[in-house]
Formats: sequence, C-alpha cells, structure tokens
Amino acid sequence: MPAISVNNIIKTYDKGNILALDKVSFDVQQGELFGLIGADGAGKTTLFRLLTTLLLPDSGTAQVLGFDTVKDFWAIRKIVGYMPGKFALYQDLSIIENLEFFATVFNTTIAQNYHLIEDIYVQIAPFKDRLAGKLSGGMKQKLALCCALIHEPKVLLLDEPTTGVDPVSRKEFWDMLDRLRARGITIVVSTPYMDEALRCDRIALIQKGRILDIDTVEGILAKYPKRLYAVRSENMFRLLSDLRQYSQTDTCFAFGEYLHLSLKNGEADAPATEAYLQSRQHAQLSFKPVAPTIEDAFIELMQAQ
Amino acid sequence: MHNLFILLQKEFRQIFRNPTILRLILMMPIIQLILIPFAADYEIKNISFSVVDLDHSDYARRLVEKMTATGYFRLVEYGTSYAQSLNTIGNSQTDIILTIPAGFERDLVREQQTTIHLAADAVNGVRAGLGTAYAAQIIADFNANIRSEWLTVPQYGQMPRIEVVSSSWYNPYFDYHLFMVPGILAILVTMVGSFMAALNIVAEKEAGTIEQLNVSPLKKHEFILGKLIPFWVLGLISITIGNIVAYTVFGIVPIGSYWTIYIFSAIYLLSVLGIGLLISTFADTQQQATLFSFFFMMVFILMGGLYTPIESMPTWAQWIASFNPPAYFIKVIRAVFIKGSTFTDLLPDFYKMIGFALVFNSLAILNYRKRSA
Repeated sequence: MPAISVNNIIKTYDKGNILALDKVSFDVQQGELFGLIGADGAGKTTLFRLLTTLLLPDSGTAQVLGFDTVKDFWAIRKIVGYMPGKFALYQDLSIIENLEFFATVFNTTIAQNYHLIEDIYVQIAPFKDRLAGKLSGGMKQKLALCCALIHEPKVLLLDEPTTGVDPVSRKEFWDMLDRLRARGITIVVSTPYMDEALRCDRIALIQKGRILDIDTVEGILAKYPKRLYAVRSENMFRLLSDLRQYSQTDTCFAFGEYLHLSLKNGEADAPATEAYLQSRQHAQLSFKPVAPTIEDAFIELMQAQ
Repeated sequence: MHNLFILLQKEFRQIFRNPTILRLILMMPIIQLILIPFAADYEIKNISFSVVDLDHSDYARRLVEKMTATGYFRLVEYGTSYAQSLNTIGNSQTDIILTIPAGFERDLVREQQTTIHLAADAVNGVRAGLGTAYAAQIIADFNANIRSEWLTVPQYGQMPRIEVVSSSWYNPYFDYHLFMVPGILAILVTMVGSFMAALNIVAEKEAGTIEQLNVSPLKKHEFILGKLIPFWVLGLISITIGNIVAYTVFGIVPIGSYWTIYIFSAIYLLSVLGIGLLISTFADTQQQATLFSFFFMMVFILMGGLYTPIESMPTWAQWIASFNPPAYFIKVIRAVFIKGSTFTDLLPDFYKMIGFALVFNSLAILNYRKRSA
C-alpha cells in the first residue's frame, strides 16, 4: 500500500473559474522523501490542503495510508503531521507552551514522543520560554516541525518549509528531514527551490495544476533530450540577445553566471555557434558543454507543454 | 474533557498575556459607567431664550422673571424686535423666542384674555419640544396665579380648580443615573460577549492557527466551547465590575436580587456569544469582524431602548426590537435594579433569552464549517 495515493484529482476555485489542480495523480511510497517542485501558484498548497482534509476535491480521490481524505478524515487527522507554508502557531505562546498544546490536542505528551523531536528540539530548547512570535525565521521552522511531529505522524506534509529561511538553516532543515526519513516517516515536501530537489528520493514537477513529470532526479535528468552548453562572456546582456537572434539557437536562458544554450541540431551546430559568437567580438568567451540541471529539465518540460 | 481544559488554559494564557484586551475589559466598564450616565442626562437645562417684549408692562416683566427663576431657562436677549431675535436663533445662540405683544397687560386685565407667541429652534427636536413644553407649563402657572390674585374676593364661591399632583413610582426623584447605569451595564456585557469573542476567533483564522486545529483530531464542540467559556467568564467579570462601580460611584444597588441579575447575565451572555460566534463564521479578517460587530452594536443600542423607549417607536421598529436580545436584557436589568422585579416576574423574558441563545448558537454551529468545500 502506498503511503499516499492521489487519483485524478480536480480542484477548482471561484465557482470553477480557476483551475487549481487538473487531473493530478501520483503515489508516494512508504518511507519515501517525496518532493513537489513548482513555482508559486502551481497548486502545491492546494494539494496539501486536500491531503490534510482541509479541502474537498471537485472530483477524484486521495488516500493517505489507505484512508480516504473525504470519508475517513478523522483517521487521517490522527496520522498526518502538517506544517503549512505560513507560520501558524500561537505567536503569543512560548515554544514549550505551543508544543504542550499541540501534544495535548493530539492526545499525547511531549515526554512520550520526545525521541522524535529531540534532535530538533535541543536546538531551540534554550529559548523554550520565549514567545513564538519573537523567534527568528529558522527557529520558527524548527518549532513548527516539532509541533507537526509531536504526535508521531506516519506521514509528514511540509508546505514550503524552507521558504524565507537562510541557506545554512535550509541545509540543517534538510538534514533533519533525512534523519526523520531514516525513522521510516513518509515525507512529502514542497519547495520552489530546484536545488532542494536533489535531496528528495523522487520528485514531481508541477506547473499550473498539472504534474509535468514524476521520477528520481537522475531519471528526470536522464530524460533530458538536448545537448546543453554553458556560455559566458564579458557582456552577458549582449551575449543573450545575440544568441536569441541566432538562427540555430533552440533555447537560451540565463542561469547563474552562465547562459544555458541548446542548439537546433545539437552538437553539430556547436562549432558554428562558437565561431558566430567570436565574429560578434565577445571578449573572454567561454563555450563548453554542461550537464543539465533540474531547472533545465523543468524549463524544458514547461516548454513542451 | 481534557481537551477542553487545555483549550481553556491556552485561551486564558493568551488573554492574560494581552495587556490591551485585559485593560479594555477592566477599564471599559469603569470609564463608560462613569462617563455616560453623567453625560447622557435627559433633563434639559439651560435652555436659552430671547424675549421680544412689545408691552414693557409689569405683567410682562413678571412672566420673564418667572421663567428665569425656574432654573431651566437662561435669558440671553431682551429686545423689541422679533426679526432680530430670529437672527439670534439662526446663530444658534438662543433656543426659544417668547414674544409678548403690545397691550399684553391691558388685554389681560380688560378682556381677561390675550395671546403670547413661542417660537423654538427645532433643529434639535428634543430640546425644542421640551423647551416649549416647560415654557407652556410656566405660562399656565403664571396665568393661574394672576387669576387667583384677581379673585381674592370670590364672586361665585370657590373657583373650581384642578390641581394635578404626580408621583413617580420606582424612581421618585427622577434620577437619570438610576435609569442609565443598568442600561449601560447591559450594553457592556453585550460588547464583551459579541465583539471580543468574534474578534478572537477571527484572529485565529488570520493567524492560520485555526487550520492547525482543523487538521487535529479536536472536535468541533470542544473548539467552540473552548472559545465561549472564557468570554462568558469575562462577561460575568465585567458585569461584576459594573456592579461595583454602580455602587461606589452612584450608590446604586439593585432593589431586586443580585442573583437574578447574574442568572440573567449568564443566559444573556450565551446569546450574545452566539452572535459573536455567528459573526466570526462570516468574517475572514478582524477588520470585517469589527465592521460587522459595529453594525450590530449600533442597532442593538439604538433599537434596544437604552436611550429612546421602545414603546414610542413606530410599530415596525418595535417589531424589529422584539428580535433584539439587548432590548430584553436592558429591560430586565432595569426592572431588577429599579423595580426590584423577581426572577418569576421576569420568566417570559428568561425564556426568550434562552430562545435567543439556542437560535444564535445553532446558526453559528451550522455555519461554522470545520471543512470548507
């Protein structure tokens, strides 16, 4: 039995005028760390709210550990830990009060499940009497994760847990997720950061309410059909406009300090392209093949739609 | 049960941690009770009046003296031109013009009758109405005095006179504080109950914490009770503070029993909490909740008989007022304070309040969807 099974879910808002999810289907295996990767407005939060029984789908079904999100919602609420994208704990209660409160609401105690949150909790324990509203972004996330974990959920749903968190805390956060997965907890995490996809077992690329592809990161990259070149020169702006005008250019996007370029005839066009750029007198030109990243794959899939 | 306990513990912690709310709950009854009864006094005093005296007789002077001597009227102008006095009214410097015609004394003596003219600035209708009524009373009194002066030697035996003696029951000295203080007490309880409960629940919506509770196994009734009980307690506290202020500042104690007041307050609070809960199910933001509550409060106060008696409203307004919970509570609390009504006297109102509590809370629960579609 998969931990989560989503079948042909359609969800609209505003009396059917806004399509949030369009026939979404996927399975998440037990013990998997599954990533939902997509831009803002892709439908990630809607998917979480359906899985946490906060929303009803227009059509289609979803199960969490075999429990239907519509019929068996009481059962799901006991086994799911949910951390919404927006910090939603009591700002006027302290760390320990929030934790105690959510433990009690789920009919458990901190002591009973302390082993689950220990790693995370020790980091915020020195501030346990500080009001949640006065915590830094990273500490808030840790507290929210503790509260989501305190009832020993079988499935953990994390909606953009690292948005607005500094890079060091982000890395720490993913290390914590790794340890939780090692304990056998199924984790679904959404993120707009492509680099975080690398830390997931499998990812679903989602765009405008549709799933573009579901696979391991390696699998998605292996399917990438084009030869990709990283190009840079002294004047990146002129380089971009030159390449976009060039007849053999297929796609060209800015990517960090390089442009990622694919050509219509792949490798066959490469020497001619390099010569073209030299003829355009680009100083310090660098032109080399590069392995595609998950972002390239995402853009490619989006273009294919 | 344990869940409810932890919810209440959390709620009280949050309330006691919020100094603004606490101050509001403690200070609002005190300030309102001290301020409003002193300010909202129906007794109209210091009505300014102008006299247009075209007679300059002894009687005319006596009439004017009699008016100023009552203490209700303040003479601002004594002239001979009506047009000029109209100007004074236009400048809002005077409320009433009393015109004494030429030949006032002569006509009164010779023909035993004369007319005088009263003109009032009716922009403020209450002031104009009461002012002319007072003036008419004084003039009638003046008239009676003069007649009895002439009739020192009765010609046809004793002249028949009807003397009206009135006595005010329950409030013999016409003390407006006795009337206003219980009414304001009722409004206070309404505010704490509906306003604060609504804002509190909507604040959880805004913060998203309600969603965290919605994904938990917490039951609907536990959540609602967890919200109602704290504000029910706060409402009873604020009515207690109100009672203390009524006693210490105004020396007002209910003629009836405090028990009756508390039993009614307890039931009434349930119905206003139901209104608060209902508002919170409609509103998504605290701003909306505030506007909703404000609208309700206006209707509650203005159609609740606090200032203007419901009995003198048009029939359709009385009909609306009969669905206005504060109207019953204001009536009950005044009856207990001023008349000393007992619980059994007020039984019909008690049933109506229970009815309101049931209706509003059921509507709120029906409308409070733990899961949105």
